Amino acid sequence: MLVVLNGERTEIVARNLAALLSEKDFAHTHVAIAVNQRVVPRAAWPVTALNSGDQIEIITPRQGG
Amino acid sequence: MVAFYGKDFSSRMLIGTALYPSPAIMQRAIRASGAEIVTVSLRRESAGGRIGSAFWDLIRELNVTVLPNTAGCRSVREAITTAELARELFSTAWIKLEVIGDDETLQPDPVGLVEAAQILTKDGFEVFPYCTEDLTVALRLREAGCRVIMPWAAPIGSARGIINRDALKLLRTRLPDVALVVDAGLGAPSHAADALELGYDAVLLNTAIAKAADPVAMANAFRLAVEAGRIGYEAGLMGPRDFASPSTPVVGTPFWHAVS
Repeated sequence: MLVVLNGERTEIVARNLAALLSEKDFAHTHVAIAVNQRVVPRAAWPVTALNSGDQIEIITPRQGG
Repeated sequence: MVAFYGKDFSSRMLIGTALYPSPAIMQRAIRASGAEIVTVSLRRESAGGRIGSAFWDLIRELNVTVLPNTAGCRSVREAITTAELARELFSTAWIKLEVIGDDETLQPDPVGLVEAAQILTKDGFEVFPYCTEDLTVALRLREAGCRVIMPWAAPIGSARGIINRDALKLLRTRLPDVALVVDAGLGAPSHAADALELGYDAVLLNTAIAKAADPVAMANAFRLAVEAGRIGYEAGLMGPRDFASPSTPVVGTPFWHAVS
């Protein structure tokens, strides 16, 4: 299924957020996630189903002023 | 001591984590600054990357309070979603709220800023809004529930120091119950001392330290300037005068009123 992952059209196999993290090698990183501009709490990742066309943002801490 | 949303800090400097020559120098500069609060941003993680996690490890080693920002947001919606991501990522209600209205000056969008501050405060966030020196905007931010307000001294990264001194003094006078932090545009330790001497509670620094030839030494210089400025403010500065007034006593001056 085709989704938009961090701004790039990406083909994925995963059907939920937790599976997506494993598939794209994000497991064990310090990230927060928004799907279609809604934040998904960590506890809900395994039960958050993904649909074709979803816009997924995987966000991490970075330098800032 | 200075308090932000009920948390006490001994340092009156907040420091950014961007633009340093290396992560090691960033860590040393932050330690030299004495700052107990650091600002961080949120960005997309690259697939399989560990960039954010590596940076986060460096910050955690410093044992400081994290103030995430919404830098780069140009709409209320973007800022709110970024704040929500920050709360999830850092387990904090604190958010440095930036809603940029103009790319060239990085001037805040005052309308969007107030609207976002209202929404976030109602949602339980403790908002640190980055704003200009405009009094009305500051009053609206206070009405929105902001207990900290962070006006610029000058545009971000410009190193010009306080441009509109009268307006910043007016904010201090009119908002005695709000923690005021000069957020942007400081370039020299004397600029930081200047802000503290005006009665500002703290300053937020990044570029002036990170882009110095020796960021660690500059962080130390700013630390001393912030302390000096605050002590000077508490000691009570004399007001300016229009004319000279001799400091050496006049009485007893030799040849005073000498008869010729």
